[in-house]
Amino acid sequence: MMIKPVLLWSDALILLLLATVAALVWLARKNDTFRAPWRQVMSSRMGAGTALILAVYAGIGLLDSLHYVERLPGAPGQTAGQQAQYSGEVRSALDALLKPLRENVEKTYSAPFATHLYAKETMPGPDGREVRDFPRLKHGGAHLADPEKDFWSDVSERAGLGLLGGWVVWLLWRSWFGCRNGGARFGLPGSSCSAAGPPRRNLTLLVILLTAGALIALAPHYHVLGTDKVGQDVLYLSLKSIRTGLLIGSLTTLIMLPFALGLGIAAGYFGGRIDDAIQYLYTTLNSIPGVLLIAAAVLVVQVQIEANAEFFDTAAARSDVRLLALCAILGVTGWTGLARLLRAEALKLRELEFVQAARAFGVTDARILLRHLLPNVMHLVLISVVIDFSGLVLAEAVLSYVGVGVDPGMISFGNMINGARLELAREPVVWWQLAAAFVFMFVLVLAANLFSDQVRDALDPKSGGRK
Amino acid sequence: MSAPVSKLVVENLCVEIDAGGRVLKPVDGVSFEIGPNECVALLGESGCGKSLTALALMRLLPEGGRVASGSVRLSDDDLFALAEAEMGEVRGGRLAMIFQEPQTSLNPVMTVAEQINEALAAHRGLNDVAAAKEAARLLRAVGLGDDKLASYPFQLSGGQRQRALIAMMLAGEPELLIADEPTTALDVTVQAQILKLLKELQQQRGMSLLLITHDLDVAHDMADRVAVMYAGQIVEWAPSAALYTSPRHPYTQKLFAVLPRLDRRGERLDSLPGRVPGPDSVFSGCRFADRCPAVFERCRLEAPAFHETVPGHWSRCHLAEAEEPTSSRVRHAHQVTPTGTHGAAESLRFSAYESGVPLAGAPSAVSLSPVLDVRDLAVHFPIRKGLLRRTVGQVKAVDGVSLQVSAGETLALVGESGCGKTTLARAILRLIEPTTGQVRLLDESLADLSGEGLRRKRAQMQIVFQDPFSSLNPRMKVGEILAEGMAALLSLSASARLQRIANLLNQVGLPEDAASRYPHEFSGGQRQRIAIARALAVEPKLLILDEPTSALDVSVQAQILNLLADLQQKHGLAYLFITHNLSVVSYLAHRVAVMRGGKIVETGDAEALLTRPEHAYTRLLLDSAPGKTGAA
Repeated sequence: MMIKPVLLWSDALILLLLATVAALVWLARKNDTFRAPWRQVMSSRMGAGTALILAVYAGIGLLDSLHYVERLPGAPGQTAGQQAQYSGEVRSALDALLKPLRENVEKTYSAPFATHLYAKETMPGPDGREVRDFPRLKHGGAHLADPEKDFWSDVSERAGLGLLGGWVVWLLWRSWFGCRNGGARFGLPGSSCSAAGPPRRNLTLLVILLTAGALIALAPHYHVLGTDKVGQDVLYLSLKSIRTGLLIGSLTTLIMLPFALGLGIAAGYFGGRIDDAIQYLYTTLNSIPGVLLIAAAVLVVQVQIEANAEFFDTAAARSDVRLLALCAILGVTGWTGLARLLRAEALKLRELEFVQAARAFGVTDARILLRHLLPNVMHLVLISVVIDFSGLVLAEAVLSYVGVGVDPGMISFGNMINGARLELAREPVVWWQLAAAFVFMFVLVLAANLFSDQVRDALDPKSGGRK
Repeated sequence: MSAPVSKLVVENLCVEIDAGGRVLKPVDGVSFEIGPNECVALLGESGCGKSLTALALMRLLPEGGRVASGSVRLSDDDLFALAEAEMGEVRGGRLAMIFQEPQTSLNPVMTVAEQINEALAAHRGLNDVAAAKEAARLLRAVGLGDDKLASYPFQLSGGQRQRALIAMMLAGEPELLIADEPTTALDVTVQAQILKLLKELQQQRGMSLLLITHDLDVAHDMADRVAVMYAGQIVEWAPSAALYTSPRHPYTQKLFAVLPRLDRRGERLDSLPGRVPGPDSVFSGCRFADRCPAVFERCRLEAPAFHETVPGHWSRCHLAEAEEPTSSRVRHAHQVTPTGTHGAAESLRFSAYESGVPLAGAPSAVSLSPVLDVRDLAVHFPIRKGLLRRTVGQVKAVDGVSLQVSAGETLALVGESGCGKTTLARAILRLIEPTTGQVRLLDESLADLSGEGLRRKRAQMQIVFQDPFSSLNPRMKVGEILAEGMAALLSLSASARLQRIANLLNQVGLPEDAASRYPHEFSGGQRQRIAIARALAVEPKLLILDEPTSALDVSVQAQILNLLADLQQKHGLAYLFITHNLSVVSYLAHRVAVMRGGKIVETGDAEALLTRPEHAYTRLLLDSAPGKTGAA
């Protein structure tokens, strides 16, 4: 099948971000003062473990950012010279990997590991009469002849195979990487190699590999996390939501940072009229209810998108622009808290004697801001960025609920929660959609928070002697 | 002097602190006693464990700290055997403590009366009316009027706050008052008042007083007996008079020797190399061995016992052992035999690292045209009010100051906090824009300069600040810190800059590898050296020293003062030395200007001004300085 890569705006920004980070790492790879704190982070159990979890999330998000469209099969009689026709549906590399999950669509809700639908239907019974019962699922457990009898043995067999696979991969990884310093690769059990390597990182990896193995074995045959109202697999939705969450968290932060850093530090350092003006700006921004401002801005963007429909050849491009607009709006309105914090810190730092000494040297204001103030507020920035990141992933959910979040057609944690909201009142309750969104977000936000704690400890010279 | 029955007996007190798996012993076997109506001073440099000793007595050790062994008896009650509830009654009742920082030891949202009443209710069960009466009586006893009862702490000055705190602590009618550096944060005149008050209260009430201080003069003025602490142990324990006339322990002798004084002008200050070993050090012999001028082989092998040399005078030193002297010990014993504090300094000057260095600090030939010429400088801060920020008044921080400093000369600017000396320094450097007046540096008016011209001029004047912790950017390496001024003001090649950094570090006595380390890896004294090196990096002609030694221990202070004197002699620097410490002034300054309320009230030759002050305020300052009552 022929495919054509598609570069959405957000994909471009992600690649740009990735390239910048890679370039920074490449430039700083020889700088020991730069590497030392990161080495410290990665050598701590917590740092390495959470970094691995974040890397898995980032990897899923990246896979989901490699977009393409498929070429439609040529119509009969089409000649080679004719323009190829492409599908209007944008897919990603993740979609391709998760093809069975994406295509195994049921009619409506089904519980995790269910073999029957969650709603009764009228259907012809074995004796020809019409009965109302839970029908069998089209895909979930469809290979079982008698679900009541075979279910447990089948599930445990597949899960066991998956876990075994994960374990084998882990063992291979251990003998490959864990023993590089120990001497022989593929060391025999009980040799010195088995003790080598940071144990917790191995453990986190083991958990991840076991989970992945079990999921790979089970997911094509069962809806591990159930299905939603229109029968989509919730596991698929959760994995697809990761990209949206990461995008909202990171792009918004990136948009917000220059405002917060520039204006906050400038206000604190220069004082006087500049301080007055900046304070006026953020007080005004803060006094407008955030949701109102975001709602207004999103609606304006939406109208613009609809008025200029010719710019967007696919639905994905349209929802992508709306997502970017949401990031921009959140960023432009969200910098005030951090700016206020940085202003207070800069006010304090400005009076410190090393800043006075720099001024006595006639060092220019720009240089003082860059060399003396900025590095001394970075720990604050780092902490609040991570807290904001978590908050933004959550804010997306709230905004989608109000209807001003991401495009309703876009898969996101917010839309998942929004969809699950009404079903919570149902009896028996449909809990799996909410639970899945919760677990995925929880792991992401917790890992990010713990990781940032480690980074802060490593970067702050004052806490260096504490351990 | 020593009382028949002791009020407080501390025996073999050991404090341990659990620091991430390692056990530190900041207090290791401290024993002393305090008689009724006696004042004992616990004297030592920072980090020697004196505050932790006091906290251990109160059973208020910080988290992770615990008393490992030892006993404390207050009038025969074993404090460590009491239940926590009983200890709560003793604490603030029979045993009270006042802290160093009056700013933070009073609750800012409670009035003075409320805070005193709290103590009265807790320890004496007094009700509203009786408590109010008693609170007023207590305030009068500490020299505050009744009108201060309704005041909040922020409405009081530092001295008043310390008085209010003392009143609070007296509320429980303590048998023993522990004062942990009660006057360190206060101005010298206020310090004199508070010390006098403490002495009077102690005598009137028959209290015992445990005074914790780093100031030899304060201890001398106040204490009946003095315990000198070093690295968690008491190294000397003697009646005050005996200690100050004939210190036995080499450390005590050194402490006296490093003090800057008027009669040491022109001499090089004796200095104590190194610093107090940290609580994580492991000792095999005497704890002072590494810094001791009289060290000999046995000191490194065997920890000395506490010897009683003269009745009542104890010293933890092998030399104090009065038995079968070996030949080598005789020599050393002879050399450390003190003949008074000044004599101690003289007798210790044998050591190799002191000898052969020309004496600095002597008034050198002063050239005629001044490096710095300040005329009628004034800095007024407008008080703005209202929506439009109209100026409704002015704070005259500096109000018409004129002074001159010549090359190779040190002008000391003396004054209490808030007199405008720091504002003056910043106005001279044009870190603050002066309101009126003229500053001429090397015959060029600074007011006429701006932009690039001013930036170039900055190379000729530099400043060293008081706090060695906030004056260095914690995120920059020492090399970067030193290079910053050069990059801004001098055009040097990268290799020339590195060469110069190595040179500077060498000049201020730091190892060359310091350049690649961060400031937090250095001690306070070393940081101050870095700050001095940073200022010297651009080859200034004028160095403004804003209390450069007041955050340092006396032994480190001596090192820095010696360094400053050397640098002045070598480079012919003009110093504007801002300080409140009169002993430093009397040692170092060629001329002195006394500042008060933004104006200079008296100026003149240091020796003349300090011995024959003319202005009443100068006399007050000199009289308030501790150690006036016949020290040295």
